Amino acid sequence: MKLILLLFALIATPLAAQTALPPAPYADQQLADPALERKAKALMETIRCLTCQSQSIADSNASMAGDMRSQIRERIMAGEQPEAIRAWLIARYGDWVSYEPTAAPILWPLWAAPLVLLGLGVLLLRSRIKRKARS
Amino acid sequence: MRKLLIWLPLALFLGFIALFASGLFQPDDRIIHSRLVGQPLPAFTLPAAASDRPSLASAQLATGQPRLLNIFASWCVPCAAEAPQLDALKAAGVQIDAIAIRDARPDVDAFLKRNGNPYARIGLDARSEVQIALGSSGVPETFVIDGKGRIAYQHIGEIRADDVPMILDRLRAAQ
Repeated sequence: MKLILLLFALIATPLAAQTALPPAPYADQQLADPALERKAKALMETIRCLTCQSQSIADSNASMAGDMRSQIRERIMAGEQPEAIRAWLIARYGDWVSYEPTAAPILWPLWAAPLVLLGLGVLLLRSRIKRKARS
Repeated sequence: MRKLLIWLPLALFLGFIALFASGLFQPDDRIIHSRLVGQPLPAFTLPAAASDRPSLASAQLATGQPRLLNIFASWCVPCAAEAPQLDALKAAGVQIDAIAIRDARPDVDAFLKRNGNPYARIGLDARSEVQIALGSSGVPETFVIDGKGRIAYQHIGEIRADDVPMILDRLRAAQ
């Protein structure tokens, strides 16, 4: 009797806690094809979660992130290219949703920064060497 | 030249301080608006979410009359809080359809029984697919749809009592 009650308790608790639906089919299940799964995973790591805004959907436990993961895996499985899916999401949520920096003019300083810093370093080094040579 | 250059690191440092300070004191706006405002609704067909309301397809929202599309869920607390405002909008003659996100029919039925049912049609989006296609980032949200089926306005968060006149204005503007 006790055992039966215990079993009931085990079954009942998860059911009572489940207010929403179980996760979408591919929210936490990898694709069978490892190459496709790698593609999907790389994309999921650069898509921002809308609910927990400083996490990628690959890292987030939010139910919406799970639905997005499932949708991305299913679309990759259907043959869609990751960049097409990214563009589709950006058309809905803006550049904000992607962690991958784009080539938009507002980001040109970001891309130019390493070159500018390297150039400054070379100039500094040259003036130092010149001064050393003179003394 | 050299003398001026000495001050450059300090100037950069102060510049960064100013940047961080402005980031600290600015109100943090984390609301992500849909980029589809002004564009046609994406096409969708959803099964019925409630026992006594028909299903919802995007074509049924382009009827020549502006209307509201409410995104809600039975598990969402602010969705229950906006129910009186939706009732007020319905009483003002507004057509309201809805999409229930990540929901199940018995839960939706119970929610509507508890909070009232201002909806003409309710579609069930069990896996947030239409929500993502709409560029919506949470529940509740309310879209104003114009007569041609274009998204005229997106209201993020629950409709409060003082939002009702603004929503009615948006509906009039979408005429």
